[in-house]
Amino acid sequence: MEHTKKHPGYLTYVLVWMALLVFTSITVTIAGIDLGKYTLLIAMFIAAIKSSLVINVFMHIRFEEKIFKVFLLLSGMTLLIIFVLTFSDFLFR
Amino acid sequence: MNNMSEAAAVHHVHRDDVGSKMGMWLFLFTEVLLFGGMFLVYAVYRFQNQEQFRLAALELNTGIGTLNTVILLTSSLTVALSIAAIQNKNKFLSIVFLNSTLLLALMFMVNKYFEWTTKFAHGIYPGSKELLEKPNGQILFYGLYYVMTGLHGLHVLIGMVILYIIKRQIKKDIITHDNYIRLENSGLYWHLVDLIWIFLFPLFYLIQ
Repeated sequence: MEHTKKHPGYLTYVLVWMALLVFTSITVTIAGIDLGKYTLLIAMFIAAIKSSLVINVFMHIRFEEKIFKVFLLLSGMTLLIIFVLTFSDFLFR
Repeated sequence: MNNMSEAAAVHHVHRDDVGSKMGMWLFLFTEVLLFGGMFLVYAVYRFQNQEQFRLAALELNTGIGTLNTVILLTSSLTVALSIAAIQNKNKFLSIVFLNSTLLLALMFMVNKYFEWTTKFAHGIYPGSKELLEKPNGQILFYGLYYVMTGLHGLHVLIGMVILYIIKRQIKKDIITHDNYIRLENSGLYWHLVDLIWIFLFPLFYLIQ
């Protein structure tokens, strides 16, 4: 084929899926332990790891051209700014 | 031979798969902002009503939530595998994987149906008498729960329709091993639905 870009094979996807299941069981287990304020933080951290696996491998971002990563960064930053501004208003008004 | 490969090359340029995928990603970002607004509302209300959110979340069935997480993650895997299969020119396997995704999506919705009807039977639904008697924080929690998981469920249904159409197109050879951008873009949509659930799950089902 004229395309030289590498596609991940079946095995890569299955491994990522297994990792996602492991992280799911970790997050469920941790939720059962009382860690006070850290519970939410850890849950969100694990959700972030799971998302990055899905985005990078399942959604092929790792194998895409640079512009897609720029897109992703821009939209992520937009969301972050909205959250930071809202909370800075909410907390310090 | 040379002519043919030239024709193929020209055909390729006109199709612009990268542009098509960019369009899809831009659409996905509007979806992220749609849900992002709701996550923002959730964050502020949870911050204001931490204890009530915790109490309200105890009523949710963590088991069914976990099961649906596993189902949705697996359905994402089968979509990814379906794309890999068509890249390997294996039309049959690609359809098998898409069928698995559709089946898993159906399982997700059936679970959701049982989950919601159980809640309804307990008198917990927006505007119900029993819910309105609860403290404000719990009313907010359930309002957000129904709107966010409801909108997510709607996305699952739409995704099912799209993937079904895609499956038909693979069957009819409209989507082939050298022209599968529609399958890829539909896959991206499906993964986004999965991504949103990755955050919804701990925020609603795993509050301690």
